[in-house]
Amino acid sequence: MAELREELKEKLIEQLSLEDVEVSEIGDDDPLFGDGLGLDSIDALELIVLLEKDYGIKLKDPKEGKAIFESIGVMADYISKHRTK
Amino acid sequence: MSDCFINGIASISAQPTTDPDMFLEELISYHENIFRCHDPNYKDYIKPAAMRRMSKSVKMGVTTASMALKDSGVEIPDAIITGTGMGCKQDSEKFLENILHNDEQFLTPTLFIQSTHNTVGGQVALGLGCKAYNVTYVQGAASFETSVMDAQLMLSEESGKNILVGGIDEIAKNSTLLHKLDGQIKEEDIDIITLLDSNTSGTVASEGATFMVLGAKTDKSLANIIDVETISEATPDEIKADIEKFLLRQGLSVDDIDAVVLGNNGDIKYDNYYKNLQSSIFSNIEQLCYKHLIGDYYVASSFGFWLACKIFATNQIPSVLKVNDVTAKNHNNVLLYNQYLGKNHSIALLQRC
Repeated sequence: MAELREELKEKLIEQLSLEDVEVSEIGDDDPLFGDGLGLDSIDALELIVLLEKDYGIKLKDPKEGKAIFESIGVMADYISKHRTK
Repeated sequence: MSDCFINGIASISAQPTTDPDMFLEELISYHENIFRCHDPNYKDYIKPAAMRRMSKSVKMGVTTASMALKDSGVEIPDAIITGTGMGCKQDSEKFLENILHNDEQFLTPTLFIQSTHNTVGGQVALGLGCKAYNVTYVQGAASFETSVMDAQLMLSEESGKNILVGGIDEIAKNSTLLHKLDGQIKEEDIDIITLLDSNTSGTVASEGATFMVLGAKTDKSLANIIDVETISEATPDEIKADIEKFLLRQGLSVDDIDAVVLGNNGDIKYDNYYKNLQSSIFSNIEQLCYKHLIGDYYVASSFGFWLACKIFATNQIPSVLKVNDVTAKNHNNVLLYNQYLGKNHSIALLQRC
């Protein structure tokens, strides 16, 4: 699980062009949106595509993303339970 | 035409042109035929959260817009008008590459949103919170001048407006390469300072952005844009006649012009448009060129507006711009002429305030 969390942090930085953020600066439980990493609605769409492309998880209802993308830890839990690749 | 004063201007080019206290004192030499602009520190003008998704043209545009507004003292303009020949090519290419690599699936929104021609105008407006008139013109090498003409028309209806007008074009890996394949860019790498004497076909490609704030005369006014004209296609002799008619409409003749700023780009196939003028009606006028410093791109002619403003402000002509031995006593009327591939001709007359 720790390996998946690190992988997600690296993908987030690359996919969302978080140029000034280091992997070590993202805590497992830090909120990704709002006061945490400060992601926005366009980033949420990018994350939905990332889930499908890299882990074979297709969210039927985009509103599900709100809970899944709460933090890196929550994301990693969800991916490990639902991934198809 | 009604009064259309330049009350603030800023330009990013392949040379260091963003320091308001400098006027081409320090030059960068390039020994290649495709080269990027000299970047200012974009973080000084754009918040990191906003900048992370921005391609080069958006960064250049938002930064020069910010500089021009600051220069003019205007916080929120009454209109934003941009011109671009090719728009946001970098993100367009990335989006198309993703379509190919992912078999038309898994397309993310950011590149799509940022790949349109009006992305820069939109990002400038978003950054300012400006919901006013916002239009982008895509007219090849006359894109910037078309934007200026729209602003002039707007000011003729309501002179109190402050209008932000800009031109932006960027280099992108594949589309710039296509310009090399079709002969628009020289095959051989050259020292660009020798561009105007290169005697071969094609030019050198670069990128840049110029923004200016147009409006009524203020104590910050740098120049008055007396008139701008664009001509889609014409022969060199027709252009000569058009320039004389253009001046006649202003009640002027060629003798009233103190300096001409020409868009010579070292392309032996098309520089005859300029040489035909340089050896005839402009032979006794101070002639200035700039594309051997900044390269060519669809809105490179906007750099001519920046040059004219700097000449009026500093009363200096950097020797690197001069291409003949005539030196004007005063610089009150500066005429600009540009064309690309024998098309999209533009003529503009700027007058000292």
